[in-house]
Amino acid sequence: MTDYKKLNLIATSSPHIRGSETTRSIMLDVIIAMIPALIFGCFNFGMRALLLTGVSVIGCVFFEWLYRKLMKKPQSVGDLSAVVTGMLLALTCPVTVEYWQILIGDFFAIIFVKQLFGGIGKNFINPALGGRAALVASYAGSMTKWIDPAANKAAVLGSNVDVITAATPMAYLKGGDIEGLKAAYSVTDVFMGTIGGSMGEVSAIALLLGGAYLIWRKVINWQTPVAYIGTVAVLSFLFPKAGSGIEWMLYSVFGGGLMLGAIFMATDYATSPVTKKGQVIYGIGCGLLTVFIRYFGALNEGVCYSIMVMNCCTALIDKYTKPTRFGVVKSDKKEAAK
Amino acid sequence: MAYAFFGGVHPHDMKAATNAKAIQQLPPPAEVVIPMSMHFGAPCTPLVKVGDEVKVGQKIGEFRGLGAPIHASVSGKVKAVEPRPYSMGGNMMAVVIENDFQDTLSEEVQAPADPDALSVEEMIEAVKNAGIVGMGGATFPTHVKISGGIGKVDTVIINGAECEPYITGDHRTLLERTEEFIGGCKYLAKMFGVDKVVIGIEVNKQDAINKLNETIAKTQAPVAVEPLRCRYPQGGEKQLCQAVTGKQVPPGALPANIGCAVFNVNTTCAIYRAIAKGMPVVSKVVTVSGSGVIEPKNLECPIGTPVSCLFDECGGLKDNTYKIIAGGPMMGMAQYTCDIPVGKGTGSMLAFADKEEQTVANPQCIRCGKCVAACPMHLEPLFMYQYAEKGMVDELNEAHIMDCMECGACAYACPARMHLTHMFKTGKQLVKDKMAADKAAAEAKKAAEEKKEAVAK
Repeated sequence: MTDYKKLNLIATSSPHIRGSETTRSIMLDVIIAMIPALIFGCFNFGMRALLLTGVSVIGCVFFEWLYRKLMKKPQSVGDLSAVVTGMLLALTCPVTVEYWQILIGDFFAIIFVKQLFGGIGKNFINPALGGRAALVASYAGSMTKWIDPAANKAAVLGSNVDVITAATPMAYLKGGDIEGLKAAYSVTDVFMGTIGGSMGEVSAIALLLGGAYLIWRKVINWQTPVAYIGTVAVLSFLFPKAGSGIEWMLYSVFGGGLMLGAIFMATDYATSPVTKKGQVIYGIGCGLLTVFIRYFGALNEGVCYSIMVMNCCTALIDKYTKPTRFGVVKSDKKEAAK
Repeated sequence: MAYAFFGGVHPHDMKAATNAKAIQQLPPPAEVVIPMSMHFGAPCTPLVKVGDEVKVGQKIGEFRGLGAPIHASVSGKVKAVEPRPYSMGGNMMAVVIENDFQDTLSEEVQAPADPDALSVEEMIEAVKNAGIVGMGGATFPTHVKISGGIGKVDTVIINGAECEPYITGDHRTLLERTEEFIGGCKYLAKMFGVDKVVIGIEVNKQDAINKLNETIAKTQAPVAVEPLRCRYPQGGEKQLCQAVTGKQVPPGALPANIGCAVFNVNTTCAIYRAIAKGMPVVSKVVTVSGSGVIEPKNLECPIGTPVSCLFDECGGLKDNTYKIIAGGPMMGMAQYTCDIPVGKGTGSMLAFADKEEQTVANPQCIRCGKCVAACPMHLEPLFMYQYAEKGMVDELNEAHIMDCMECGACAYACPARMHLTHMFKTGKQLVKDKMAADKAAAEAKKAAEEKKEAVAK
């Protein structure tokens, strides 16, 4: 029979079993969800999209590894969050951006936005958006050079001097030029993604596919993206600058970075509220700011900055959307207030 | 289907190992170690000394204040009265009885002439003398719950949820001892003066639901079966009240405040035995399971049986067993030794040898909010963890950490594998210490002022 004295027993606090989900498995799911958009980016803009993404991923992982190493902190590259940041940052850049430029974005995202605040879960704005904002501020020219995918596919693998540029749907929308937009791109083009724009933002359908995967895997809640996209859709339907509400709404929702932002950026755990109620408020806030920037701001596109502004409001939203304590019914609360 | 409660998790129930195995009687152990604390409240005082002859059902421990008496579970000679390890951690005064294998019943055990003629007070007295406590693990003295609840309670609920993975003792009891269980339900209904008691059962025990419905239809018993969805912690007292009645127990209150009283399945059977036969609690159904056990079983054994005897009966443990748990995997206590005895609240003994533990070296919160969605008490574990880590006691209290029932749902759901429940156990202690210190300081200040006034006069 077993000698019970010889067992090496460990005594720890309950619970003694854990769910199967890990930080790594979640990050892997996000990576999988980005693959359709990445594939479409390669199809649309040529293999340079894949190379840029690869460089960006390697850059992010390297900077994360280096910082943790130099600061003598426990290594954290295994959780794959740096890979996610690298991919997201690449997907928000135009395909013509230089390799060294994207590495500067990686450096800013990982070191300044993420690690200096304590690493994963501690940053208060989304690292990929932070990196992108730094690039737009530093290299506005290359960050707003949108090539025409139909005219020069694969031509940009090496140099990017002689590419043919084209206006994105957002530029037409800014000017209220719905007729010009309709002549340039049909709604189907915009939905499928055969338009100019960032590598990963162009194809609404590929992004929706990734979003559906994330919701199915319970990685993200539907609240944030639905509230965000819904707010933009309702506002642009009600207040079209030109043309019919429905057309204006479809171009607004599918034409810019909204899908990428709502599905992959706004749902970032570290920078969004923790309760479902908070996530709805946060999504609506993102939507309002996006529409305001697009309508009244200097920029064509407002997704990046609206999410970053709402990131800063997350702590406030968390504070005011605490769940009601168990056993405290709303009617009791009202009575107590009387 | 009943109402739902908010939150919770759905772990793999792991019940297939034992849910089709009938309850077996464990061969009588050579000695039993009966700890003097198997209930919520102060430990009992031993009534016997070394060398005394004791018989089954003889009272050997008397309680003071809140508690329940303790009885000998085998007949034989008292070998020692000394502190021994027990399942709540550390040592506890225990009566060690050497079994004479005669099973002589004590004269103290007297069946009433007509159990149905007993008054409510007599029935409560019988429950009190039988030493019945909540056998789901909380071990609150049952007679206190009954006498405190009469007049306030309009819904008597039997907890057949058995939501912890692995455990199948209540399930088998419902299947094999249906008559005894229904008998206990009738007495409960009579004591509380209600038309019906409600038994909440998770739908993964369909055969037990069918068996109960058949028996109820046949005997016209005052029992209603309420099937519940499988969700941990469905069997938490407050969650069960919510699932059955739709009402929430206010913070810091008891189920009696919303007119509910909850009893465990095996407690109900013990109530039947106490009232109908005068039999005290001397045995317990224990599920022995987990990846470290060679052949998992449901065993019935005398209270005080060393758990090594249970494992021996199940073919022993695997050599790489790294954890022994008294109770379920979500809320049970990990043990550092196999020398502990079975107590009144021990519903299962688990041994783990696989990779159940799954901890990581440097857990980092990623703020995913899954703990918030999982918390059945509507708390925000991720913020409570930060406060507890930094020792921010006031913030902890404002985050309602004292509402936490340590069910472990947040830690189970956490993808970063944070040690949430562990931190809340220490955090609650911090809050309690602070409260005690504040109280002492206030009293000292008051005393000093009184003294000052006295001097001034």
